[in-house]
Formats: sequence, structure tokens, C-alpha cells
Amino acid sequence: MSLFTLVWSYLKARPLNTAINIVLLSLGIAVITILLLFNTQLEQKITDNARGIDLVVGAKGSPLQLILCNIFHVDFPTGNIKLKEADKIARNRLVKRAIPLALGDSYQSYRIVGTSREYADLYKAELARGAWWQLPLEVTLGANVQRLTQLKLGDTFASSHGLTETGSDHADHRYVVKGVLKPTNTVLDNVILTAVESVWEVHEHAEENEHTHQATTDSTVMHSRLVPSVAANDSLKEITSLLLTYRSPMGAIQLPRFVNAQSSLQAASPAFETARLFSILGVGADIIMAFAYVLIVISGLSIFIALYNSLKERRYDMAIMRSMGATRTKLLVSVLLEGGVLTLLGSLVGVLMGHGVLILLSRLVEETQKAGISGMIFYSQEWVILGGSLLLGLLCALIPAIQAYRTDISKVLASQ
Amino acid sequence: MIQVSKLVYRYTPATAIAFPDFTVQKGEHFLLLGDSGSGKTTLLHLAGGLLRQYEGSVVVDGTELSTLSETALDHFRGKKIGFVFQRNHLISALSVEQNLMLSPYLAELPLDHAHITEVLDALGLENKRNSRVTTLSQGQAQRVAIARAVLNKPSIIFADEPTSALDDKNCDRVVSLLLDAARLHGSTLIVATHDQRLKSKLQHQIRLTAAHEPA
Repeated sequence: MSLFTLVWSYLKARPLNTAINIVLLSLGIAVITILLLFNTQLEQKITDNARGIDLVVGAKGSPLQLILCNIFHVDFPTGNIKLKEADKIARNRLVKRAIPLALGDSYQSYRIVGTSREYADLYKAELARGAWWQLPLEVTLGANVQRLTQLKLGDTFASSHGLTETGSDHADHRYVVKGVLKPTNTVLDNVILTAVESVWEVHEHAEENEHTHQATTDSTVMHSRLVPSVAANDSLKEITSLLLTYRSPMGAIQLPRFVNAQSSLQAASPAFETARLFSILGVGADIIMAFAYVLIVISGLSIFIALYNSLKERRYDMAIMRSMGATRTKLLVSVLLEGGVLTLLGSLVGVLMGHGVLILLSRLVEETQKAGISGMIFYSQEWVILGGSLLLGLLCALIPAIQAYRTDISKVLASQ
Repeated sequence: MIQVSKLVYRYTPATAIAFPDFTVQKGEHFLLLGDSGSGKTTLLHLAGGLLRQYEGSVVVDGTELSTLSETALDHFRGKKIGFVFQRNHLISALSVEQNLMLSPYLAELPLDHAHITEVLDALGLENKRNSRVTTLSQGQAQRVAIARAVLNKPSIIFADEPTSALDDKNCDRVVSLLLDAARLHGSTLIVATHDQRLKSKLQHQIRLTAAHEPA
């Protein structure tokens, strides 16, 4: 026999009441947990994915689209830019690193990214097996891509235009898998890496092919800094965008202005655009959060009413226990404990439910898998949730507990 | 064991009740007789330490009760006094065994499982050990309530109208249960009642007449 057994017996004696209180609270807590896990991981992912990229330069259009497309690979390109112009920016003295991206095609909705090895280095990618891409039409797969498509080294595939899953629009040019990357927990896991030249080759079947391979042999021509296989002054080649890293903070001041001054180009800052994106999404999250708090307040009220009512029924119990030697403090603590146990249980169930929903979501919905959102991560804020609910329980139990403390034993026992 | 002198209890500043002086020796059993409203329950609550604010003197087992703090009085009750009420109210959320275990727990005495088993056996309730108390018959519930009151081997057992709702057969049974328990632990038994059937069972009697007004 202990205070806890006593409290537990009282809770068990009213199973429906106890269950509804736990369910109510746990729903609110689950929503908060999901938002916490989702938001924190999303922000983490976004920061991780944008790390090392100070500026994205692409065709004119929406700056947010430029960021979404070129960093997170979730939106469509704004258009193409001339390699010649991109090269000019890459050679600016304020630019420490410039990575070209040529987008457009995908395989089973996984984007094929024509780029340089520096892009993989940006995310500290390492090979799990096989080799890096070298020649045009050779690819290295991100970890998720390999896992979900089951492509093996040496396999060939045809890309399709855009990000759709069906249709092989480029059946005459088949990519060959050369290597697979280790998981990086970044967007790199969800893309197929290849050379910029591959993308050109697939798309230029209508045009004459001479530029692509012959330019390299001519040693007198100045090579493009971005794609060394072509001449710097090549006027035909196009890429989608350029990921820039500044050499000094001065870059942040001068480069965007310099880029935007050119009629066909625009520059977008990942930090600024993602902050803007979050402030837009934040409204939705705030509404859901407010809803969760309403649920929690209601459950608090429900717990208060349940304790208050059951205490009225238990006045005689209390008096009997006092007559058997229970101190007033003991009764006070037992009622507080009852509130605390209820909310602690509710919040535990809620936190587990939140994780469960995310685990289920990441199993069933491919998009969550791609985004790398996991339900198996626990944050220290969850302790705050548990602690807060415990506090809520104590608060709800306070008035009933004080009533229990003040029970006039003699009066209750005499009122037969 | 109990010494009451010049005892006056005030329900409100204007209404008060005075009790006759009496002394109960250890092991003596007393019947507290009087009509409804004569203050039997009040006297029982005063002597049992359930009511603290009184004038005069109530000395139980050598302690003047008014000198004890609320908490000290709780401990005193738990260790020295057992109560049996007319409603023999058991805690319905607990099992039969847990109701008995509550007694030493609340009195902060060591839990003796063997003793509880013994008591349950003696009451013929060993097969009801884990039943909810709501499944007990009225007679069984009364036996559990008495067992709960005597489990801590109290010096004094106070019973408030334990038989008034019972038929003759059950009345006899409850009285002999109480007397047996008192004899077993050497306890003093005080029964407050207006039940005339008990007059022949306990020889010492205190008679309360309605509403003594203090001088």
C-alpha cells in the first residue's frame, strides 16, 4: 500500500473518466509533439541543405522558386542562364566558390543534377561503393535514390523530362550508374549526380554536337571556369543556376546588386528566402499550435471537473482515512498526485502518439522520407512538454486538493 | 484510559453542549446511551480526537487531546484508536485486502501481511481477499469494517451506532465481534447507541440527557 496505489486505484475505479481525460490531453500533446519534431527537423534540414551556399544565381523569376528549385530540389527551374554570363560571375573576385547546376530531367521523380564534384563536396558526400561520375552520362546516386529505386552499379536508365515519374522522353540517351553515395542526411540523398555535359547531351540531340567534345582538344581557347570542357566564350551552352560562396562579407553587399543589374539574371539569398518561407508557413503552424493549446486547456478543465466531482463523492472516504490516522497533508498530496498522474500519463501517451504518427508518416509517405523527417528523434523540449503537463495536472488538482485538506472530518462523519 | 471532566463543546458561540464527567479504566467496556441529538456522536468525536476545539478536559491514554497539534492528533488516532461507524464505509476503489492494508499504512505502522491473512481467515473472507468491496454483502462489509478498526490493535475502539440498522441476529454477531476483538487486544470498547438491545451486553453505561446547557 502506498499513496500511489491508492491514487491509481481511484483512477482505475473510474476507467471511462480517466480514459477521456488522458485521451483529451494526449491529443493536444501529440499535435504539439508533431509540430515540434516536424518544425525542428525541417529547419535543421533547411539549414543543413543551405549551408555553404550564400547566393543562388539563376534566371529571372521568383526568388523563392529559385531557392526551392536549386537548393531543395522541390520546385521547377525558373529558366536557363547562359554559361557565358554565369562564368563571368564565377570569375568575380568576391566569389570563393561557384558551383554550376544543370537541371531539368529526373528518373522516377528523382532529379538528375548536372554539376561539378564541388557540389558533392559541399555536403561532404562520400562514396558508399563504385566511383564518382566522370564521363557524360555517367551518374552517382544519392543514398535514398539507390534504396528506393534499387538501381545497381552498371545499370542503365533513361531520364524523363521534368519531375514526373512516367514517360521516358529521352530513351535514346541512357545513363549508366557508376557509384552510390553514403547517406548525408541532406538533399543530396535524393538526387542523381552527373556531369553538366550529360544534361546537355541528352537535350541537344536536335543540335549539332561538335562543340561538346571538340572544344577540349583546343589548347589555345580559354576554358570555362564552371565547365572546363567548354570554352569560356561559348555562346550556346546554358545552365540552370549557379551556387555561390562569398570570399568575404563584402560579397553579401556587392554581389546581389551586381547580379541583379544584369537583365537576364537574378540572385536570391537562401537565408533570406527560407526565413520568408518560414514566416509564411508559420501562420499555418501557429493556428495548429493554438488548436493544440485549446485542446490542452479543455483537458485541464476536464481533469479539474473530474477531480472536483469525484472529491465530492469521496468526502466520506477522506473523513474515514483521516479517522484512521491520515494527516491532512497526506490527503492534499494524494489529490495533487492524482492530477499529476493523469496529466503525466496523458502527455506520455501524447508524446508517444506524436512520434508514432511521424514514424507511420515516414513509412507510408515517400515525401516525408525524402525530406528526411524521422519520428525516432527525441528532443530535449519534450521534457519541457512532460514537465509542463505535470504542472498543469498539479494546477488542476490544486483547488480539489485544498478542499480535501480542509475536510471537516467530524462534520462529514456525523452527517449520516 | 479516558478521563472526561467539565467538558463543554460549542457548535456555535451561542449553542453549546456540556457532558457529564466520567472515567473509563483500561479494558472496561462502556455503553454511551442517549436519544438522537443528545450529543453521543459529538462526545465520541471529542474523545476520539476528531474534534479539537473544546473546553474542559479530555485525557486519553494519559494525553490531554487539546495539547496535540492537528498532525500529532492524526498520528495519535492512527496508532491508538479504532473507529467503527454505522455506515461501515469502506473505500470502494480498493479491494478487501487493500482496505485492510490502508489501516497500518495511514497509521504509519509496519505492514504485517501475515496478520492481515489471519484476520481475513478469522472473518471467513479469505476468498474475498482481492474482491472489490462493492461485491460484499452488508454483513461481510461490516465484518471488514470492524477488522479494519481493530487491525492496528488500538487501545480504544469507538463504535458509533454499529447495530442500529441491523436485525437481532446480526446485532448479536457484531457485538460479539467487537467484544472479541477488544478482548483479544486488551482494548477498551466504547459504543455510542440508542439501541436498547445492547443494554444487556455491556454493563458500564453513561447516559446522556438531551442538550445540557452549561451554566
